[in-house]
Amino acid sequence: MKSKVNKSAYGYLFISPFFIGYAVIGLVPILYTFYLSLTKWDGFTDPVYVGLSNYQRLLHDSFFFQTIGNTLIIWIFSIVPQLILALLLALILNEKFIRGKHFFRAVFYFPNLISAVTLGVLFSLIFDWQTGAVNKMLMNIGLLHDPINWLKDPWWSRAIAAAVTCWQYFGFNLIVFIAGMQSIPAEVFEAAEVDGATKRQMVFKITLPLLRQVFMFTFITSVIGGLQLFDGPLMLGDGPGNTARTMIMYLYETAFKAFDYSYGAATAYGIFIIIMVFTAITARASRLKE
Amino acid sequence: MRANPVTGTISYLFLIAVAVVCLLPFYSMIITATHSNTDIAQKLLLIPGDQLSQNYHRLIGSVNIWRGLLNTAFVTVVSTILNVYTATMVGYGFSKFNFRFKETLFLAVLATMMIPGQLGIIGFYKLMDTLHMLDTYWPLILGSLSNAFGVFMIRQFADSSVPTEIIESGRIDGYGELQLFHRLILPLLVPVMATYAIFAFIGKWNDFLTPMIVLFDNNKQTLPVMIASVKSQFTSDFGAQYVGIVISVVPIVVFFSLMSKRIISGVSAGAVKG
Repeated sequence: MKSKVNKSAYGYLFISPFFIGYAVIGLVPILYTFYLSLTKWDGFTDPVYVGLSNYQRLLHDSFFFQTIGNTLIIWIFSIVPQLILALLLALILNEKFIRGKHFFRAVFYFPNLISAVTLGVLFSLIFDWQTGAVNKMLMNIGLLHDPINWLKDPWWSRAIAAAVTCWQYFGFNLIVFIAGMQSIPAEVFEAAEVDGATKRQMVFKITLPLLRQVFMFTFITSVIGGLQLFDGPLMLGDGPGNTARTMIMYLYETAFKAFDYSYGAATAYGIFIIIMVFTAITARASRLKE
Repeated sequence: MRANPVTGTISYLFLIAVAVVCLLPFYSMIITATHSNTDIAQKLLLIPGDQLSQNYHRLIGSVNIWRGLLNTAFVTVVSTILNVYTATMVGYGFSKFNFRFKETLFLAVLATMMIPGQLGIIGFYKLMDTLHMLDTYWPLILGSLSNAFGVFMIRQFADSSVPTEIIESGRIDGYGELQLFHRLILPLLVPVMATYAIFAFIGKWNDFLTPMIVLFDNNKQTLPVMIASVKSQFTSDFGAQYVGIVISVVPIVVFFSLMSKRIISGVSAGAVKG
């Protein structure tokens, strides 16, 4: 900047709110959590230093490992159909001849605005095996003879958690994909049309390759978000034998229900490491897939 | 390009089918909220009933859901103002000043977006306990100071749409730096502030884990936590549960129908820049 008076030191003043704020509500709690993970603390008496014993316990905790598996299963079941659906709908809505684009985008995006808690409660009612609308509908049209106890079945309970997540987020991905498609210059398609490219060739040779950046962004944010699934699955329940319990649900139950805060702190770091590993794998994989 | 009629029809059918799947749960929610528990348990309900006010009165009898709505509105409005104001300040600082370690510090801001929110939750709880802030709104409001995405959005916008000459001329006119920011810069940043405010607002409105662990008094509780407690308190009173859900969804429907163009273009803009 060519100002006569050097005002650059004021820059620190302007950016300070973020750093002060993040220190107080982000960094200090994160470091404090690490300290607590090295102690025994029940929330009532003072923390007592116990070294790495919480982490040793975590490494042998089959409940924890089960929640990792559950979270990954729910995440994959939700992310794969979510992205396929979002991409298909985005390709359709990006066509010039389609009418009512704004209406469809708004309807598809709407579930994303409702809190996951509300949706979790709503779907736990809709899938209730005795009173829920889904069983009644399937029995009315003759697809089912006896009601299915959806949320008490190991795979259905996970599938429903995944389906609700997919239903809630595909509209968001759809809008991201459309935005990506619209940032591709129209001349590219016009040139391809002049050269006699088919619709299919344009999708596979132009649109999809040019959206690589967008896909990477979506994948990485969905790993970080998807592995932290909590609100919705909490309302849908743990499933039989905890088959639908996610990692963050386990963290919440350990710390704030069983009051084992220090073990919860170690669990939080365990979850952090798992999320970082999967983020790195995803980033690597999307870069390799040229 | 003209569409071939078969592809066109299939496309529309697919769009309509997905739209129905999106809206059906909400339709079922509204219809079911108007029926008695006996009917909910025995029939597939497709048309409205007349039990809405009975269900509503049973719900209100033990859960003060309007109080929850007001609490959420208060926390969300205060947090959103603080969030947007500080993000604008920080974004402007990164955009228009040159100082040592600027880009490193900016990378540090972006890096905070990669840290899962729940990592520090137990330390946060203990810290708020130590500061005597449990069972107050402070933890919820202060939480909005961690706004890396807003800083990023506003810096992008300021980089491209705030001319440095304005700052220069403001300084020549003898404005102090803060005065200059408030009088000359903020008005130019209003469009991006409005877009970001929508994100901040929705995120806070739906916040669940933090209020659930830091608030104990039922009268202070926010709407999402109240909805969760409706589920556990009214285990077999489905009508009351449905009314609770309707009350939590309707404000969002109103908000979205007024702002849908703006929200969707905001999400698109955020996505392209991300």
